[in-house]
Amino acid sequence: MIVRLMGEGQYRVDESLQERLNELDDQAMAALEASNEIELDQRLDEMFTLVRNEGERLPDEDLSASDAVIPPSDLTLEETRELMSQEGFIPDLPSE
Amino acid sequence: MAGLMSRTSAVVKAWYSKLLGSAEDPSVTLDYSYERQREMLQNVKRGVADVVTAKKRLELQTTKLEQEVVKLEDQARKALAAGREDLARAALERKALAQQQLQGLDEQAAALERQQHQLVDSERRLSTKVEAFRSQKEVIKAQYSAAEASARIGEAASGIGEEMADTGLAIERARDKTEQMQARAGAIEELTAAGTLEDFSAPGGSQLDRELAQISASHQVDDELAKLKGEVGSGEKQKELGG
Repeated sequence: MIVRLMGEGQYRVDESLQERLNELDDQAMAALEASNEIELDQRLDEMFTLVRNEGERLPDEDLSASDAVIPPSDLTLEETRELMSQEGFIPDLPSE
Repeated sequence: MAGLMSRTSAVVKAWYSKLLGSAEDPSVTLDYSYERQREMLQNVKRGVADVVTAKKRLELQTTKLEQEVVKLEDQARKALAAGREDLARAALERKALAQQQLQGLDEQAAALERQQHQLVDSERRLSTKVEAFRSQKEVIKAQYSAAEASARIGEAASGIGEEMADTGLAIERARDKTEQMQARAGAIEELTAAGTLEDFSAPGGSQLDRELAQISASHQVDDELAKLKGEVGSGEKQKELGG
């Protein structure tokens, strides 16, 4: 599976890594729902570190799409919610 | 329960599907998408330039404020030596204000630095992908049947669309940070312009007096005043005690 760390790039991760990521992902989601920003940031940081350390970095010229995307941990709780809610948190390219 | 990863992934896909559209003719998709890629690259370059400008402004202000702190302390010392405690207090109040402004400027400069690195990295990744896309689309068009070419182009466009979404977010976040920084820089410049941080020995108008009165005397000022008194007046004090 290919994972993107937002702001950093893409990595290929194997199945065992994927399982650990999914566990952290569940915990991160629960933290978001409980509005626990500290917990959320910690889980996201752990996910970033895990992928960085144990995943295989894809070269920049690789054009594969990712199967999963991990949002950055330095967003506020509110920003993470906005990102999830698809309400234009990522701005459109201005049409010229 | 969908986790953060799958939700974010869905958001990113929705973003680039909207951006790149779904033209029936793959060569239309290709040309259009290449155009959008170039635009995104222009945006990220502009973003880097803005961050660099904001960082320079911040560095200039830091230097200026640091010089101000040294100067005001020196002036307070001289004022006290001349027996003008009122002027010494005014100078120390301004010094405290300058120090308040200095606080956190380093952190903010470091934050801008991180934004700059992130944007430069984004630009590198995206431009490498744009080049790869440009060469691959020619190969794809030449080697595959229309149907297969269409599928492969779709894949490549997804990969690059995702990078564009990531870059778009990085640009937006850098823009937010830069705007905050500019607002803060503007506020500091206003303070300086209003004379609040200026040389206290310059002839002061009533406006300046009012502004000074607004600055509450902080513990820092009292402490420093006591400290300076100790330094400057230690001779006299000893005389008193001894006499």
